[in-house]
Amino acid sequence: MEELLEILEDLHPEIDFETTENLITDGILDSLDIVTLVSEISENFDIAVSAKYITPANFNSAQAIYEMIETIQAEG
Amino acid sequence: MLFTSYSFIGFVLLLALVYYLAPGRHQWKLLLLGSLLFYAFSGPWNLLYILTTSLTVWGGALAVEKNYADKKARLKELKKADLPPDQKKAKTAAFKKKQAADLKRIMVLTIVFNLLILAVVKYTNFLISNINGVLGEGRQLSLLSIALPMGISFYTLQAIGYLVDVHREVIPAEKNYFKFLLFISFFPLVIQGPICRFGEVTEGRLFAENRFSWKNVSFGLERILWGFFKKLVIADRISAAVNTVIGDTSTYRGAYILFLMLMYTIELYADFTGGIDITIGVAEMLGITLPENFKRPYFSQSLKEYWRRWHISMCEWFRNYLFYPVSTSKPIRELTKFSKARLGKDLGRRIPVYVSSFVVWFATGVWHGASWNFIVWGLLNWAVLMISEELEPLYAGFHKRFPGASGPAYSVFCMIRTFLLVCFMNLFDCYAKIGEILSLLGSVFTVHNYGAFFSGGVMELGMSGTDYAVTGLGILVLLAVSIYEERKGSVREMIAERPYIVRTLVWTGLFVAVLLIGAYGAGYDASQFIYNRF
Repeated sequence: MEELLEILEDLHPEIDFETTENLITDGILDSLDIVTLVSEISENFDIAVSAKYITPANFNSAQAIYEMIETIQAEG
Repeated sequence: MLFTSYSFIGFVLLLALVYYLAPGRHQWKLLLLGSLLFYAFSGPWNLLYILTTSLTVWGGALAVEKNYADKKARLKELKKADLPPDQKKAKTAAFKKKQAADLKRIMVLTIVFNLLILAVVKYTNFLISNINGVLGEGRQLSLLSIALPMGISFYTLQAIGYLVDVHREVIPAEKNYFKFLLFISFFPLVIQGPICRFGEVTEGRLFAENRFSWKNVSFGLERILWGFFKKLVIADRISAAVNTVIGDTSTYRGAYILFLMLMYTIELYADFTGGIDITIGVAEMLGITLPENFKRPYFSQSLKEYWRRWHISMCEWFRNYLFYPVSTSKPIRELTKFSKARLGKDLGRRIPVYVSSFVVWFATGVWHGASWNFIVWGLLNWAVLMISEELEPLYAGFHKRFPGASGPAYSVFCMIRTFLLVCFMNLFDCYAKIGEILSLLGSVFTVHNYGAFFSGGVMELGMSGTDYAVTGLGILVLLAVSIYEERKGSVREMIAERPYIVRTLVWTGLFVAVLLIGAYGAGYDASQFIYNRF
C-alpha cells in the first residue's frame, strides 16, 4: 500500500490519498492521470493492468486501486 | 424521415399510442417494429447493413461468452484431474493459451469485419480522392456511388462497445437477438446517438414494461418542444447565413469569417443539442431514460473540460474502447520503458500518454468525416490539450503567485477564451480543403472589410433584421435556461412545481414560438441535422 501511495503522491502531491475518496467522481484523476498511474503500477508491481480493469470503481480511492492490484496478482 | 417533419411527429404519436395500449411484455417488440420501419424509410436496402452488424456482433458476443464458460468448465476439470502437478500445470497453461487465442480471434474478426463495412461505405471515396491526388490529372479513378447508411457511424460504435463490454465481463451477452437488434436500431438513437452502452438502456427500461405515466409523457413532450425550439428557431435560422458564407469563399472573407466562426458554433450547439433533446424526449415519452449527451459545454473553462461536457457519449466511447486499450497495450508499455530510460521519469512517462492521445484524436477526426479537414480538426484538439497539459505547472505557478486571479472574473475570462478557441477550431468543420481554411483564416487579418460588413454586408447573407432579432432572442432564452441549469438544476422540474396557469403559459408560449417563429414556410427548408452527416 505504501508503494502505491508514493506513486499517487508523486502524481498529485497536493492530494492526501490516504483519506481522499471519489478520486474519479470528483475529477481528481482524469484519463491522462489514470494512464500514467496504470503505467507506474504495471512497472512497480510487475503486473499488466488491462483496459478491462480501468473502471471508475477500481480507481476511486487508493484502497480500491490496491484491491485491484491484489486481484490482478491473484489471477496470475 | 426528418425529426422536424410532420411525418416524424405523426409516427411518434401513433407509436406512443399503440405502445401504451399494448400488453407490457410486447412493448419492446413494438419499438423494434417501429424502429425497423423508421430505418426502412431511409432506404429499405440500408436495413441490410444494420442487420449484418447486429447479427455478427450479437453472434460474436455469444461466442465470447461461450468461450468464458468453456474456460471455467475446463479449468475446473483440470483442477480435479488426477495428473502429476507438472503435467497439470503444463496442460492448464496450454489450454489458457489456446483459449486466449480463440477469444482474440473472435474479437478481432467481429470488430474488423464491422469496421470494414464502415470503412468501405464511408471512406472509399476519400481514399480514391487521395490516390487521384497522387496520380495527377489524366489518370483519375472514378469515385464510387455509395450512399452512407443512416446512423452507421453511431450504431457501429455502439455495437462494438457492447461486444467489448461482454468481453470485459461488464455485462452478460444478450441471448435474444431481437432485443439486441432493438438496442442497435432504436429509432430516436439511431440517427445521431447518444452512443449508449447496453447496460445503460437496460437500466433505462428499453426492454421493460412501461405503464402510461402523465409525468413521462408531459416531460417528454416538453423536452421535444425545447429541441424543436433550438433547432427551428435558432439553428435553422442561422444556417441560412452560415451556408451563404461557406458557399462563396471568394466573396466572404475577412470579417465574414469571424462572423461564420461565431454563428456556426452557435448553430452547431443548437442543432446537435436540439436533436438530442428530441431523442431523449421521445424516449422519455415512452418511459425510457437515455443518458445525457451534453452538460452546457460552452461554460467550460478549458478545452479539457469542454470535452467532458460536449458529446459525452462519444468521448466516453473513445476513452473506454480506444484510449485505455491503446495506452495499456504492449507496444505502449514498451514505449514507456524506453522513453523513461532515455528522457527521464517525468517527461518519459508522459510521452506514451501523448502518443495514445494522438491515436484517439486522429480516430475521432476520422470518425467525424472522410476528409482531411476533420483529421486536422482532431489533431488540433490533441495539440491544444497536450500543450495545456505541459503548461499546467506554469498555470499553477501563476495562481500561486497571484492568488487573486482566480475569482469570477477570471472564470468568465477562461470561459470566453475556451469558447473562442472552439469557434476557431469549428472552422475546420465548415470547409473541406485545408489550404482554403488557412487562406480564409489569414484573410481575417489581411482583408479589411469590417466597415462594409457592419454597414450592410451582414444583412445580405440570407438573414433579415427580423431573423437576427428572433435568433438573438432565442439565444438569450437558451442562455438563461443554461445558466439556471448550471446553477440550480432542471428547468422542467422548476416549472413543474409552479401553479397550473404558469405551466400552461410557459409551454403554450414555447409551442407558439416554435410554430410562429420557427424557420419554415416559403423559402425555408427544414435542414437535416448537422451530426447526421457524421
